[in-house]
Amino acid sequence: MIEAVGLTKRYGAKTAVYNLSFQVRPGAVTGFLGPNGSGKSTTMRMILGLDNPTAGHVTIAGHPYRKLPNAPRQVGALLDAKAVHGGRHARNHLLCLAQLSGIPARRVDEVLGVVGLQDVAKKRSKGFSLGMGQRLGIAAALLGDPQVLLFDEPVNGLDPEGILWVRNLMKALAAEGRTVFVSSHLMSEMALTADHLIVIGRGQLLADMSVRDFISANSADFARVRTPDTEPAAREKLSAALTEAGGHVLPEADGALRVTGLALPRISDLAHDSDVRLWELSPHQASLEEAYMRMTQGAVDYRSTIDQKAGLQQQLPPPQAQFQAPVPGQGQPGWYAPPPPQQGGQPFGMPQGAPVQPGAPVQPGAPAPQGAPVHNPYAQPADVPAAPVAAPPAPTAAPPAAPAPAAAPDLTKSENNENGAAR
Amino acid sequence: MSTPTPPQAAPVPMQQQAPAQWQGAPAATYTSPIPIRSTHLGHALASEWTKIRSVRSTMWTLSVMFVLVLGIGLLTAIGFSSSSYAEIPLLSGGLFGLMLGQICIVTLGVLVITSEYGTGMIRTTMTACPARGRVLAAKAIVFFSLSFVMTLVATTLTALMQSAMLGGQSPGEFTTLPEESIVNGEVIATTSEWVDATVGASLYVALLGLLALAIGAILRHSAGAITTMLAVILLPMLLALFMQMESLRDLQEALVEYSPLNGLATLYQLPFMGDEGSGSGWGLLGILACVTVGALVGAFALTHKRDV
Repeated sequence: MIEAVGLTKRYGAKTAVYNLSFQVRPGAVTGFLGPNGSGKSTTMRMILGLDNPTAGHVTIAGHPYRKLPNAPRQVGALLDAKAVHGGRHARNHLLCLAQLSGIPARRVDEVLGVVGLQDVAKKRSKGFSLGMGQRLGIAAALLGDPQVLLFDEPVNGLDPEGILWVRNLMKALAAEGRTVFVSSHLMSEMALTADHLIVIGRGQLLADMSVRDFISANSADFARVRTPDTEPAAREKLSAALTEAGGHVLPEADGALRVTGLALPRISDLAHDSDVRLWELSPHQASLEEAYMRMTQGAVDYRSTIDQKAGLQQQLPPPQAQFQAPVPGQGQPGWYAPPPPQQGGQPFGMPQGAPVQPGAPVQPGAPAPQGAPVHNPYAQPADVPAAPVAAPPAPTAAPPAAPAPAAAPDLTKSENNENGAAR
Repeated sequence: MSTPTPPQAAPVPMQQQAPAQWQGAPAATYTSPIPIRSTHLGHALASEWTKIRSVRSTMWTLSVMFVLVLGIGLLTAIGFSSSSYAEIPLLSGGLFGLMLGQICIVTLGVLVITSEYGTGMIRTTMTACPARGRVLAAKAIVFFSLSFVMTLVATTLTALMQSAMLGGQSPGEFTTLPEESIVNGEVIATTSEWVDATVGASLYVALLGLLALAIGAILRHSAGAITTMLAVILLPMLLALFMQMESLRDLQEALVEYSPLNGLATLYQLPFMGDEGSGSGWGLLGILACVTVGALVGAFALTHKRDV
């Protein structure tokens, strides 16, 4: 039984964990979830007495970790697979830990067998893969045959067989009546392993409930309905009918409808009544992953932005074109698909003739098909220094160098450039 | 997710099944069949001995120390044996090798603790033994004993070599050697010289290594701690070299006299400065012991208080 009360940890101005209170009970696998940097590892370290909490306290079986009599016999932990001295071979690593807590040396060989490392017991752990490191860490946690087990990201780097093994190991350990506390940022993994979930975000408790409660509290089942793409009117008609019948309709980006609050047969009946053909009617259950994403989306610290390649790409076609070419039968949303290929488009609008002709770098030989000037911020700095030098020869040199079809835009651009230089 | 899972259909039935299956698990808590004993310093000592003997850095630093002490000792003896007059006290040739060899012991002292911080092993160790003071004490005891014994072997072998190769030399006409070192016109080493050049020198070097361990525990960084220790050993002499002004004479003399190198040299009867008459380095050894104890106390306090 692990019990945290008002646990808070600050590193300087940054609060890693704030006012966290929870209990981890024996006989079940408790998943500890949160996005990267949400304070999972910090909490684990505080449970193990490695970091001192700024406020609050955490106890195991009623004692703070550092006050536990022979702590490694009561608590086993895998914090970091790479937290070993790489120059020491696996058996000696475990042996020194066993000696530290008065565990007989033959136990070392037992746990090496349990994690499947008996063949590399005399190999230095420097050469271990991440998965082998995880197994060694799990062996260290099991060494004391403890009542409470903590695992920080135990499946990282494991192969599918290893993941399955860890999953079954956790369940078996819990079934023996032990307290098993497993952190992960992979909801899908926890869905298969854990019975109970503790979810944190930005160091604060977001949820503390069983997996089943978590799903029902955080997700809603829905139906995907797709009308023929050729008849936008039918889509509107069905949408209106469904709303009238009490359903909640959300258009999806690929033209399908996401319907909640109506059973599938009822949707089919309504479509039939309003004389609309359906191309798709499928049930969807929000997965634990989705429930988790929805819950933590406000608490994600590290979020990627879209790689815009600003100014390096040709302009996308106008947004209306997006629904023009859907692929019937494919239920997946289309917003991950690459933009449709464009005729004459260059992936990178860098000036092509720049090194050849000082007067010409202003505009590449092949302008955008729409004739609109392509705004290229990366090309601008190159123009400025080039302009004063190139100004006198430009009127004579530019026309012959530019390819014939592009002559017109080229001329206008070099005039602009001259104006800029004259100012 | 980056790790593959079995077929996509699996999650849904599993989630619903699992709680039902595991809620029926025995509520009684688990008790291990392995007997639980209370642990003490002896366990930590055994653990630290396993650690120190199972890494290559120990083998390397100690081997290099042996090569330096014995090799340079041999070369020195060969060099002096060509002369028929003794130019230095009989056992003093061992100093030059040990001046370099002590760097190895200092490096090992730092690595014993900082390699754990560098690799993250310290978190595993401190989890396995939350009594942090016990871990540090065990490390200090095991390292100090090992480095003392190893240095004692090296210095004793060197002293025997010096005594065997240079034993027959006569003191020069203007010798400054003390009277008790000359018997029947031959230079000999007195008992106290033997003790100084073996036990004394080994104790000095092992203490320096222990100071390095304490500094390593305070700084928790290999390069930083080794640099600090090299500065402690070498800087006083280097600084003194540049203090030739009359106004700084006192400071210069103090730097030379209390530099760790002078402590070792005094034990070998070759003091750079200071109590030339007394010919004993045990006073400086006492000072080093005090400094080391101070650093260890600081290291204990910090290790106990800081986050790992």
